[in-house]
Parts: sequence; structure tokens; C-alpha cells
Amino acid sequence: MTQMVPNSTNEIMAKKDTSTGPWRDAWRSFSKNKVALVGAGIVLFFILLAIFGPFLAPQGINEQAIKDHRLLPPSSQFWFGTDDLGRDIFSRVIHGARISLGVGFFSVVGSVVVGSILGIVAGYYGKWIDTIISRIFDIMLAFPSILLAIAVVSVLGPSLRNALIAIAIINIPNFGRLIRSKVLSIKEEEYITSAKAIGMKDLRILFSHILPNSLAPVIVAGTLAIASAIIEAAALGFLGLGAQAPAPEWGKMLADARVVLRNAPWTMVFPGIAIMLTVLGFNLMGDGLRDALDPRMKN
Amino acid sequence: MLRYIGKRLLQLIPVLLGMTFVVFMIIRAIPGNPAQVILGQLATKEAIEALEIKLGLDQPWYTQYFDYLIGLFQGDLGESMRTVQPVANEIWPYLAATFELALFAVIIAVIIGVNAGIISAWFQNSWFDYLAMVIALIGVSMPIFWLGLMEQWLFGIELQWLPTSGREEVRNPVSAITNLYVLDTILQGRFDQLGQVLKHLVLPGIALATIPMAIIARMTRSSMLEVMRSDFIRTARAKGQKMFWVVYKHALKNAIIPVLTVIGLQMGLLLGGAILTETIFSWPGIGRYIYDAIQYRDYPVIQSGILVVAFMFVMINLFVDILYGLVDPRIKYD
Repeated sequence: MTQMVPNSTNEIMAKKDTSTGPWRDAWRSFSKNKVALVGAGIVLFFILLAIFGPFLAPQGINEQAIKDHRLLPPSSQFWFGTDDLGRDIFSRVIHGARISLGVGFFSVVGSVVVGSILGIVAGYYGKWIDTIISRIFDIMLAFPSILLAIAVVSVLGPSLRNALIAIAIINIPNFGRLIRSKVLSIKEEEYITSAKAIGMKDLRILFSHILPNSLAPVIVAGTLAIASAIIEAAALGFLGLGAQAPAPEWGKMLADARVVLRNAPWTMVFPGIAIMLTVLGFNLMGDGLRDALDPRMKN
Repeated sequence: MLRYIGKRLLQLIPVLLGMTFVVFMIIRAIPGNPAQVILGQLATKEAIEALEIKLGLDQPWYTQYFDYLIGLFQGDLGESMRTVQPVANEIWPYLAATFELALFAVIIAVIIGVNAGIISAWFQNSWFDYLAMVIALIGVSMPIFWLGLMEQWLFGIELQWLPTSGREEVRNPVSAITNLYVLDTILQGRFDQLGQVLKHLVLPGIALATIPMAIIARMTRSSMLEVMRSDFIRTARAKGQKMFWVVYKHALKNAIIPVLTVIGLQMGLLLGGAILTETIFSWPGIGRYIYDAIQYRDYPVIQSGILVVAFMFVMINLFVDILYGLVDPRIKYD
């Protein structure tokens, strides 16, 4: 029994260093990429902000004080100043992290799930099903994405939830195509042929062989998609088609700031920086993941 | 080449049909009674019924779609509910305004982006390279509506250098011929107005150009770096040709294909971005037209606006594809 337990930390370290595997290799390559680590750091910061933000924010998101501190510039009391309703912008920006990250994450999860199912069905079964699904993807990609999102929201009505749905829908074809091409290439591998030969069922082949092998490109594309989803959600909020008042959504805050731009530029500065930093973080991290996980996709 | 163009046009037909169906569904997919939603809670029963008949909502959907398609082929884009004008008549000035803005943005993005990329590759790892690539990195992550607001505040309000809304001086309006104001003012010899029109283009143009500029710069740099390592570049340098010509003549010509692809792809982003830019700068383009229509629940305008922009997007992509063959004879089409 005792032989199984490593004797010292040195032994553990040695073991770690010699072991290989695609994920370990990827982590080693990722952790050497300083730019990617900065990106991951920014992302981590905003994730922590989204989780613990409400406990950190000095004030609530809707504590109005129109009389006392309307449109105050940044000060020691209000770090980012106050807006036209006297609300603390610092607190609202902190609360906004939860909304933006939530929309970014869940919309991408939605597109990945639906896109994967469609992509697998199209790639694995082929023939007419593939033709139909691929044509639908072509049609969706024929629209500029923000326009398609606007179309979806104008049908469902403006709200944060519908903006999330719209963003999920517009990203489906990207993941669908990705998975489909992966399935097509994996399907031809010999181990799938042998799995079929020993009588393995389609579903089991899909879940135990094809899906795990398509994971890496999906993680890369997903990280980059979260970045664009956050911008799209903010854009919809800015156009009045996403989050509605009084939600502290960054895009909506910019739309409110536009009205008082002349007198209170600080209302516009900080929500914008928050959007830009979050998106930058996901972009840097996504680029790093791509280099680490899928060297062929490197520029 | 002609066969390739023909084939691409044929492939386009199902996509275009699908696009019309998506746009057609915008009104039909509204949950509940679409006519009620469009007219609001206070609408009378008669008004709702009248609108249903007008939009053809009382017909089965396939009849509606067929009628809609026939209308489109005859150039009927529906009628705006707000202005009671045919959308096909109204839409041209807006389209021209967007076209002018987008063209201006592409020109800025290509000139600055390509040159920044070239110089970065030429002087790889210099301070210029690092600075340009950091700016490009930030540019890619920039929400353009935020950039637009900051431009408005800095150059419009604080410094008062440039106008922040519209596309002409209100007190000195341009008389439209083509609705491309730069062209119109030149045609009429009104160079005082030309200056005004160009000034109005600067801020929205830069906002719209930022993301494509950043992406073009990054692409040009990586593409140039690859080409600069080739043997023919070494030969050109060895025979004593000036570095400037080596870079701009030999290398650029061979590095431009992936850059062209990116420029083509960016056109779609540009058309989408135009909605945001036009909203901020009150630019009377198609994006603003769609935005206003959304505020008034003017569904025929929303439908046709989206259809027209998507159509332009598809056509630009086709055009860029064909352009590759002209720039690079090595590309073979079958």
C-alpha cells in the first residue's frame, strides 16, 4: 500500500514533469505565454467581481439621491462619480460585471450546445440532413451578426433575456460549422471504423469518441465568442434593445451617459473601460488558448 | 472565371431566398397577435383588423410569403407605417449616406492599417512595432459605440474641432444629386460645402474604421513577416534594390491576399457597426433608418432595411471573392 504514496514532494514534481498528454502540453505552453496569462488574469478579475461584486460595492445599484449628489465628478466618496439620478457609478459598474459576464457565458453555452447538436447530426449522418442544416447556417451567416440579433430582438421584444437568446442564436452557425468539420474529419479515422466494427452504437461513438476529440477547438472558439457576445450584449443594451432600466448593464449605462455627455463625461468613461477590459481579457486568453490547444490554427 | 462567377451566383439563390424568408418571418414570429403588438395596447379592434388585412396576416403563410416574394421582385419593399411612403423610395438617400460613410471608413482603415502593418513587419520588434500592435490589440476589443462617444466628447464638445452629428451644415444644406455628398459638392463646384461634408465624415468614419483598421494591421504584419523571409526578397535586396521598393513592391504584392480576405470580411462588420455609429453621430444612414424604425415599431422598414443590408453584405463578399482572382493569378477557380 505504502508504495503507491509518493515519498516526497520532489517525487510528485518529477512525476508531473515527465507526464505528457495533450492537455498537460497545452497548459505548459499556455502558462509560458505572458500575454495570454495577462488575459486570463483580467478574466479572473472580472469573474471574481461578478461573484463577489455585490458584497464589495459601496452602494446599491439603485440608491438614488437626485437632490444631494446628482452628476458629481469622481471623488474619494464616489470613485467613478455619480450619474443623473445620483447613483454611484462605481457600484453600478461592479454590479454590471455579473450581467455582462452572465450574458457572455450563458449565450455562448447556449450556442455551443445547440450548434454542437446540429453540427454532429449534420456531420455524422450527412446526406440531406447535412444539406439542410448547412444551408440554414449559410443563410444565418449571410446576415451581419448584430443585424440578425436586432431582428431576433425586434421579434421577441427588448429585454436582457431576449438579448441573450438573440446572441446565442447568431453564434449557433459558427459552432455548428466547427463541430461539423471536426466530426467529418474524425469520422474517417481508423479507430472509429474499428469501433463500428465491434458493433458500438452511434450515440456511444458520438459521446465517447467524437465529442471529446472536438473539445479543444470549441474551447478556443468559445472563449473568443464570449468576447464578441459581451460587446454584442452591450451594443444591444446601448440601442435600448437589451437590458432595461434600472439594470446596471454597461451598454445601457453608456446610453444613459450619452444624454449627459456635455456635463458629465465620467458617466461614459468607466462603463466603457469595463467593457473594453473584459473583452480584451477574453480575446488575449482566447488567442493564447488557440496557440496552446491548436497549433495548426496559429497565424 | 466567368464559369466561376456563374456558379457563385447560382449558389447565391438559395441563400437569398432563405434571407427573404428570415426577414419575412420577422413580423409573423412576433408572439401573440402581431398587429396588436405593432399598434400597441390602446388600438381599436377595427384598426387591428385593418392592419392585419394590409399586412396580409389574414392569409395562410405560404400565400403571404409568395406575395411577399413577388412584391420584392417588382421592387416593392413595403410601405413605412410611420411616413406612409414606399420604403423603396425612401431608402435610397439612407443607403447612399451609409455607403459614403462605409467607403470613407474602409479607405481610412486600409491606408492606416496596411501601412502600420507593413512598417511593423519592416521594423519588427522596434518600438513602433510594439506600439502599433498594442494599439491594434486594444482596437480589436474596442466597443465602437464607446469610442464614438469619447470622440464626440473630446473633439466635439471639449476641443470643438469637428461636428458631432449629421452629415452636412444644417444652415448650408447640400442639394443632393447622387446623395453621395462628397461627390455632389464636387459636381456642383461647392468646395466650401465639400470641406463641411468632409469634416462631418471624420469622427464617425474613424469610429467605424477602428476595428477593421486594427484587424487589417495585424493581418498585414503577419502576412508580410512571412513573405519577407522568402528567397526572392533576399534576391531583390542582394541585387541592391532600395528597401522601400523591396517592401512596397515585391513583398506587399505577395502578402496582400490574406489581407484582402480580411478586408472583405470586415465589410460585414462595417455594415453592422454602421448601425451603432450612425445612432451615435445622428448620421442619416440605413443603420439610423433601422434604429428609428425599431423605436416606432415600423416593421416594414425594419424588414426591408435588414434585407437590403444583408443583400449588400452578400454581394460585397461575392465581389471580394472574384477580386482575388484578379489580384492573384495563381488562384484557380473551378
